[in-house]
Parts: sequence; structure tokens; C-alpha cells
Amino acid sequence: MARHWKPACLFAAMVCGLTILAGCDSGTTVQQTATINKPDDAAVSSGESTNTSAPVTVNTELTGSIDIDGSSTVYPISEAASASFIKQFPGVRPTVGKSGTGGGFKRFVTGEIDISDASRPITAEEFQACKKNGVGFIELPIAYDGLTIVVNPENVFCKSLTVDQLKQIFLADGGVKTWKDVDPSWPDKEIKFFVPGTDSGTFDYFKEVVAGKTGSIRGGMSTSEEDNVLVNGVAGDKFAIGFFGVAYFEQNTDKLRAVPVVNPESGEPVMPTTNTIEDGSYAPFSRPLFIYLNSKSVNKPQVERFIQYYLEQAPELARQTGYVALPESIYEQARNNFLDEVTGTHWLTAEMEKRGGPVTEVFVPENLSK
Amino acid sequence: MAIDTTVSPYRTGVRFRSLRGTYVREWFVRALLGGCSALSVLTTVGIVSVLFFEAYRFFEAPEVTFWGFITGTQWNPLMGAEKTFGVWALVSGTLIVSLIAMLFALPLGLVTAIYLSEYAHPRVRAILKPALEVLAGIPSVVYGFFALTVITPMLKIFSDGFSTYNATAAGLAVGILCIPIVSSLVEDALRAVPQSLRDGAYGLGATRFEVSIRVVVPAALSGIISAFLLAISRAVGETMIVALAAGSRPHLTLDPREDTQTMTGWMVQMALGDVSSFDLAYLSMYAVAALLFVITMVLTVSGNIVRSRYREVYQ
Repeated sequence: MARHWKPACLFAAMVCGLTILAGCDSGTTVQQTATINKPDDAAVSSGESTNTSAPVTVNTELTGSIDIDGSSTVYPISEAASASFIKQFPGVRPTVGKSGTGGGFKRFVTGEIDISDASRPITAEEFQACKKNGVGFIELPIAYDGLTIVVNPENVFCKSLTVDQLKQIFLADGGVKTWKDVDPSWPDKEIKFFVPGTDSGTFDYFKEVVAGKTGSIRGGMSTSEEDNVLVNGVAGDKFAIGFFGVAYFEQNTDKLRAVPVVNPESGEPVMPTTNTIEDGSYAPFSRPLFIYLNSKSVNKPQVERFIQYYLEQAPELARQTGYVALPESIYEQARNNFLDEVTGTHWLTAEMEKRGGPVTEVFVPENLSK
Repeated sequence: MAIDTTVSPYRTGVRFRSLRGTYVREWFVRALLGGCSALSVLTTVGIVSVLFFEAYRFFEAPEVTFWGFITGTQWNPLMGAEKTFGVWALVSGTLIVSLIAMLFALPLGLVTAIYLSEYAHPRVRAILKPALEVLAGIPSVVYGFFALTVITPMLKIFSDGFSTYNATAAGLAVGILCIPIVSSLVEDALRAVPQSLRDGAYGLGATRFEVSIRVVVPAALSGIISAFLLAISRAVGETMIVALAAGSRPHLTLDPREDTQTMTGWMVQMALGDVSSFDLAYLSMYAVAALLFVITMVLTVSGNIVRSRYREVYQ
């Protein structure tokens, strides 16, 4: 028996060694790693040099941790922000989770985390919970996203989709089982669904647009908070459909095809691109992304510095990760709100009703609800 | 070898010592050990009671009936016009994955064990056995990725009908995970068969194959069956592999090419913070867990009964 131990022990020792090594590399910053930096893309779309390429001065004095959790759609931006932040501040340990917008807020309202990534504005319930727990927060829009409807690249028949067709496909009472049910010229094959879980802001946003207040989304779909699971699902099934933030499509253009969505006003099919998302013609699926900052965490120097950095770099980070930068006036307003520690949300009225419309109209001081 | 007893104070009778210290120490050790074992029992009791208490809260909800839960085939707690809690949609996923795993692992594990115990040269055995134990030491999350990135693409070569997430790939990975469990438990049972039985059979002119199949395996049958039952309960409870490779669409199917969700897969999705902790869907996790607990307990207990009741005792 004793003889058998030797190789097993050796192997165990090797595994331990490797784990420790791996831990040194990746355990420092993030729970999950994804390749999000796309330098060539950034160079093409930005065309201007920013601080990221300038020589960085390293500050090792700033230490401490930053807890970030929430939307998997916002995750690439926060992840890119923290990755480049720790190059300047190697002593700081940001952890970026992705448990969904709802999951992030669940931890945020108890004061457990510093920053909540959100792909939709805070809801009235979450706002009330914050108030009840004495958690103040600063609302910071950081980028535009175009919620992207994707299909398998081998699906060549689905050239575009209207909002009505999306209703047929995704609503519980849509009555559609196969692609042929949507359009008689399409194949008689069952539609397979890969969609974000009900806790994600992406799902909430999609539901609000497609189902409205009263409708309900159909059951029998594969759901996951992990967008890469959805990417693989759609990439592996010829008759699948799915949706998520545009960044996950941008990273997987070889595996997926985005379906142009017919703009309800112009009647033209529109692809989610930088231009169409920015000018709002990719309607109704253009939306802002947010980070919510616990106002108590502003007192932590590492968090304060991180948010400064995040807001400075937000336009560049948004482009790098496949999203679209907001107008400069919005960032200006966000920076001022951060400096003045303006707490509260702009997307809820005093009566706790949801406010809709373009960011530029909603994100103004008059709309603030505390 | 002469034992020098003169150093013992008890033997020499020179230095008597009060035994009170020893008694106190013994009592303390006893309390410590007893406390430790009580702790594990208490933990078990705590877990089981939480499980059933929360499951009870789930069944108290007006939307849920126990009968509907046990017999229903639609599982839609999150979406859809009407929330439905029919656990068979999840049970069928667990069944199909476990079935594939066992079809793979039981024969292979049994054959491996017979080879190791009856055929293998000690030197071969010395290499094979640790290799199998290494297989048992691989974290199941690795098997999950293996299923998703290796087994599934291979399956797709054979047939186009396989989804990216499918029950077959997950089942095969669970099967690989179970092989070392089956083979090492079965091997223990086979090696416990007295050598005299083998010698007797050889003396009558039996071949090695005949000795293995007609003498050793029947003699160790109770051990083999209990090993099988343990492996089944391991497969039923396996979580990480199915969460990664089997998909997340609960529906009643026995088609191994489709994606499916197992009971454990559902619990992972709920526990990862998909829904509010007060939501009915979250509570449903406990009801599913309680059912899973009952299933694995029945399997384990029947394994023990088989082993103790049908064991052939050789003196």
C-alpha cells in the first residue's frame, strides 16, 4: 500500500504547486477573467491617445480592497477599469463579480459591496431597501449598450426582426414554436432559446420593451447569468436565438450573427453599431449602463481614487470593451455628482414611478429623487 | 528481544502516583472525542431540519400543492404566464444523466476491478491503482469543462442532433468521475473473498476467467451491489458537471441529445443569486433538495442493507 502513495503524493504536490502559482497570477484582481481588451478595435474607433498609453506612475501606497458585483453586461467595463487601475495602484485589490444586476443590488442594499454594476436603473423596491438600511448611493451612467439579438451564423433566413415578431417569439402567449410560425418562408424547426436569467438587468430591460408591464415572457428557455454560456449555446445550435449586451457579440462575431431590429418609427432594420446606438436609431434596444456607488465607500481612499479613474476613463473603456461612450455632458454631470456626493436616483420620480427617455433628458439635477 | 521493564514506575513499585490526573485527562479526552462526533451528527441534523423546514414553507405557498410538485411535468418558476412547479422536469434530467453515467461507469468499473484484483501482475497494479486514484482526485469542475469542450464536440462529429449543452456529454463525464469509485469499492469486495475459494476452483481445473466470473464475483456480489448503489447516489448528487455541461432548460425529456436541467443544476442556478431570497423559486430549491436527499438516502441505506444482509461469511 505504501508504494502507491508515492506517485499520488507527488501528483498532489504538483497540483498544489500549480494552484499556488496560478493563485499568484489571477487571484489578485478578479474572480473571473475574460479577454476584454481589444487594442486594435480601440485604436480604430478612438483615434486619439489617452492616459492608458501614457507612461504610468506607479503608486504602491494606496492599498485596500474594492468590492464590485452586479450586471454581467457591465462586467467587461468594470473589469477593464480595475485591470488598468491596478497597473497604477498595485496595492489595491478590486474584485469584480457578475451575479446579475438584481444579484448585485441584493448585496448593495445591505451595504455589503462598494459598487453595484447595473444594466438597468435601480428599481423602486431596491431604492426603498437602500433607504431602510441607511445606504446612500451615487448614480453614475457610464456607457450605452445596444441589447443585441443574436442567432447562429448558419441561420441565413432571419434577415431582420420587428418588435412584433420578437413579441411572437418571446411572449408566453406568442403561440410560436418553430421559425416557420414566425414567418412562413422560414424553416419548420423548433426555436431554441438562450437568454439571461431573470435576475439580470438585460432580461428586465428586454421584458419591459417586449412584454410591457402586463405581458409575460415564455417559459422553457435556457437561462444563465453567465453570458458566455449563452454565446456557446447559440453558437452551437443552428436554430437558436438569444440576446445580451453588444460587447458579448463584439467579442464573438465569428460565432454569432446579430439580427438587425426594425426601428418602430422609421421601419428600417438597424444593426447595433456605435453610430446607431449613439444616435438612438437602434431602437428600442439602446440603453444606458450604470454603476452605483455606496456613498459611505467614498470615504475609502482606494474606492474614491478608483471612481475618479473610472469616470475619467469611461469613454475609452466603453469603446475598448465594445460599448458606446455617452455624450461628454453626461460624464461631466456624473463627475460633478461624484465630487459633490449627490445621492439618489434620476430614473425614479418622487412617487417611485419609473422615468423613461434618453439619458440626456433623464440624467439632469431636476429629476433627482433622494 | 528482552524487554527492559525496570524503567516502568508501576512495575518497580517505588513511585506510586495518584491516578486522579489520569482520570481527569481520560475524561477530558473522552469528552473531546465525543464532542467532535456529536458535532458532525448535529450538523447533519441541522442541515436536514433546515432542508425540510424550508421545503415546508415552500409547500405552504398557495401556488404550490404537494401533489402537483410530485406529479407535475412542467417546471417554470421564473418565466411564463403561469408559474408551475412540476418536479418531473428536473427529475427526468437527473435520471437521464445518471443513467448514461451508470451505463458507462458500472461495467467499466466492474471490469477494471476484476482485472486489478484477479488478473493484474502486482507491478501493473502498482501503477494502475494510483492512476485511478488520481482520476478520483480531479475536481469535478474540470470534468465539467472536459465534457463541454471535448466530449460535446466529439459527439457532434457523430450526430448533428446534439445540442451544445446535452445530457450525454454530462452523463459520460459523470461516468468517468464514478469509475474510480466503482472500481476501488468493487476491488475491495473482490479481494475480501478468501483465497481458499479460488484455490479450490483452480484445483478443480477452472480457468482464471471461470474463477473470476463463477466464483469470486458471486461470492462478492453483496459488496459489488452496494458499491453500485453508492456510485448511483454519487451520480445523482453530482452538481458541477451538470451545471456546466447539461444546460439549464428544465423540461421532461429522455432524449439524451437535448439540453436538460437536473435537480442539482437547478439548485446551483438558484443558489448563485438568480432570484430574491424571498421568492418562491428560491424556496423551491429546498423542496428539490429535500427530494434529492430522500433519493440518495434510500440508495445509501439500501446499499448498507444489501451489504449486511446478503454478505457471504467465510470463516
